[in-house]
Amino acid sequence: MLGKLNWAAFPLDQPIPLAASVFVVASIAAVLLLISIKGWWPYLWREWITSVDHKRIGIMYTLLALVMLLRGFIDAIMMRAQLAIAAGGAQGYLPPEHYNQIFSAHGTIMIFFVAMPFVIGLMNVVLPLQLGVRDVAFPVLNSVSFWLTAAGALLVNLSLVIGEFARTGWLAYPPLSELAYSPGVGVDYYLWALQISGVGSLLTGINFTTTILKLRAPGLGYFQMPIFCWTALASSLLIVAAFPILTATFAMLLLDRYVGFHFFTNDLGGNAMMYVNLIWAWGHPEVYILILPAFGVFSEVIATFSGKPLFGYRSMVIATLAICMLSFMVWLHHFFTMGAGADVNSFFGIMTMIIAVPTGVKVFNWLFTLYGGRIRFNVPLLWALGFMVTFVIGGMTGVLMAVPPADFVLHNSLFLVAHFHNVIIGGVLFGAFAGYTYWFPKAFGFTLDERLGKAAFWCWFIGFYLAFMPLYALGLMGATRRMQHYSDSNWQPLMLVALGGAIVLLAGITLMILQLVVSIRSRERRRDLSGDPWDGRTLEWSTSSPPPPWNFAVLPHVDGVDAYWEMKRGGSDFSGVKAKPRHEAITMPRRSAIGFVTAFFAVVLGFALVWHIWWMALAGLGGIAGTVLTHAWRVDGEIAIPARTIAAFEQAQKKSRAER
Amino acid sequence: MNAANPTASGDLAREEIPLSKRGPASTRIVVGFGFWLFLLSDIVIFATLFAAYAVLSGQTAGGPAGIELFDRSHVLIETSCLLASSFTCGLCLLASERRNRAATYLWAAVTFLLGASFIALELTEFVRLTNAGDGPTRSAFLSAFFSLVGTHGLHVTLGLGWLLVMMAQVATLGFLPMVKRRLYCFALFWHALDIVWIGVFTIVYLGAR
Repeated sequence: MLGKLNWAAFPLDQPIPLAASVFVVASIAAVLLLISIKGWWPYLWREWITSVDHKRIGIMYTLLALVMLLRGFIDAIMMRAQLAIAAGGAQGYLPPEHYNQIFSAHGTIMIFFVAMPFVIGLMNVVLPLQLGVRDVAFPVLNSVSFWLTAAGALLVNLSLVIGEFARTGWLAYPPLSELAYSPGVGVDYYLWALQISGVGSLLTGINFTTTILKLRAPGLGYFQMPIFCWTALASSLLIVAAFPILTATFAMLLLDRYVGFHFFTNDLGGNAMMYVNLIWAWGHPEVYILILPAFGVFSEVIATFSGKPLFGYRSMVIATLAICMLSFMVWLHHFFTMGAGADVNSFFGIMTMIIAVPTGVKVFNWLFTLYGGRIRFNVPLLWALGFMVTFVIGGMTGVLMAVPPADFVLHNSLFLVAHFHNVIIGGVLFGAFAGYTYWFPKAFGFTLDERLGKAAFWCWFIGFYLAFMPLYALGLMGATRRMQHYSDSNWQPLMLVALGGAIVLLAGITLMILQLVVSIRSRERRRDLSGDPWDGRTLEWSTSSPPPPWNFAVLPHVDGVDAYWEMKRGGSDFSGVKAKPRHEAITMPRRSAIGFVTAFFAVVLGFALVWHIWWMALAGLGGIAGTVLTHAWRVDGEIAIPARTIAAFEQAQKKSRAER
Repeated sequence: MNAANPTASGDLAREEIPLSKRGPASTRIVVGFGFWLFLLSDIVIFATLFAAYAVLSGQTAGGPAGIELFDRSHVLIETSCLLASSFTCGLCLLASERRNRAATYLWAAVTFLLGASFIALELTEFVRLTNAGDGPTRSAFLSAFFSLVGTHGLHVTLGLGWLLVMMAQVATLGFLPMVKRRLYCFALFWHALDIVWIGVFTIVYLGAR
């Protein structure tokens, strides 16, 4: 009846997982209880859960990313603490089978449920506003995407309470991830969670590509688009081209595990290295799916806070698209040690060095944008400057490892771990934080506290170097990744420094939470009535903060890059049209529960498949089919907002601007 | 373009604005474009399976190779059914453009029957192989074969379900713009499956060694 599920699945005899489970269940219960007591359910259901407004969905993505960042960081600090004490003969406090789950969960969560939703969340909030349109191409699908991502995140966290997570590392290489060597449910949780959230990511890629290529304000040609739109386009194209590879590869591993196929098994002709090739054919583009939008954020932030147009706009676009293409030609550098031979390794080594060139172009463009600018050191710019220093170092260690002979020494060492944290924290995460601080007033209508933001930045910046520079040294000393203890006590001092760095990072996270709390409490004082708190350049700053559901009462007409900057300089009205426009009724998509309901059944389906509860899997599948069919017969998908409402809103906006 | 002698000043203005600067596209264009992207992503899934098949096609683990297993005349009939169904699917779409219900139903029914025959023939082959002990668990080659051909078959099966839903939509909702857009997407999907099958037929069946 319940498949493989029984009481042994609950970690009643393991104190650390038990405490973690109790903590997670208790905090979820507390949040649900609070919502129920306050009577917020109807509001949440109407305005958020069933919302198809891109701004709301973007905010929910970002919130998901921030919550999962806490989870992923707890994993990280546990690992650092373990390695700080497990030297010489000591075994530390985490047994190997638990430690293996922690590093697998850490990587999986940080990439799929922090970096991805953070980047997609920012794109959601900003893209339609920068393009001067009212929503994305497929608003309801957008909601489905978000809820499927959340469903995947839920399944990963469910594994903490019921059963176990994968012990295979974040990419679950076979043969270790095959049934023969991982008979538990951990790998199944991993695979189904990522299959479900992967569908969400793919739909997002399709949605945003269509939005950028087909929905832009009048006059907004390709070479008038802000750089963030270009990078989002490149990222979305990569999602469309790369995520299906991940889906197909995971499907093959699932077939191996569930019905005894032989894609990657050791026997009957299976080929485990094929998995490694396929997973990196997705995995390397994935790196650029994450970093390109971050580059876009930095381009916007640096131009705004330098008070200058971006230097080398066209070269920036070309560099972005070059990276987009080249990202599919370097995957083998993740496993030079496979033994493909000198010719193949040299090709991929050279390609890897070539892909550093367009990235270098970008760095110089940012530097030249700053040069001679009227620079304001607000928090978003601090993140951008911290990024430029850190990312260049990370990029250089990457090029170092692109040399195959060097990689044979550094492969699977802590040097590699230091390198990719260097580019992902210093690049993607700093970019996400820059975007978060930069667009927060647009999304919520008030700015974040600058003083706490700066303190948080410095903690992250210094904490990063303390935590990861020792790992470079340790890697060169021979320390490998994914080890639960080590015998060479000479490594311990550096491990302790790294733990110290993690504690400074913890301070950074605490300061960010504090910043959010303080800013919300003093929001009346920090209201952004102008809609343009940073003296911005692009269209998102031309509408109110937060924007109305329809974004723009009249679609703006665009003449060039930095459209809003030109409008301000030309002294034209913020909407770029005549002073008293005649407002017309606007049709907007109606809210829909299909995303939430589909994701609910997807969780049921995923859980049932993990535990081999076949009747429940059928129920989940039937639920999804029923939901989609019900949606197919919905004919009143749109709602008209009367001209009166729009005119009244615009009037109030003008008044509040005039009073300022 | 006859810019020198415009029929109306509006036409002139419209022709001078490049396509990329004319503002948001219509829903029909947006939906069609989005669906094309979905099809491309679907084709990447097939490309991955093709790649896996190419890597594993020689890995028979002492079991039978493709040339010993496949019945090409059987597959030829199967292929004819699918290609013919693509033609009738086109006729169905044309009928729906004319808002001709009877012809739409008729060609949809023919498309459905041809598609169902394709599936039936494919299943016959799968059952024959499995009963002879040459199922997907026999070797890596057979795993890759069953997955590639089976994924295509799964797509066709889902397409048949979609076709039924579309006919129910035509019956209950009529030729709403929404329904016509979906019919258009269905036709794209059905033709794309044909293209994938031509790859399967060529590489898997004709290329069997």
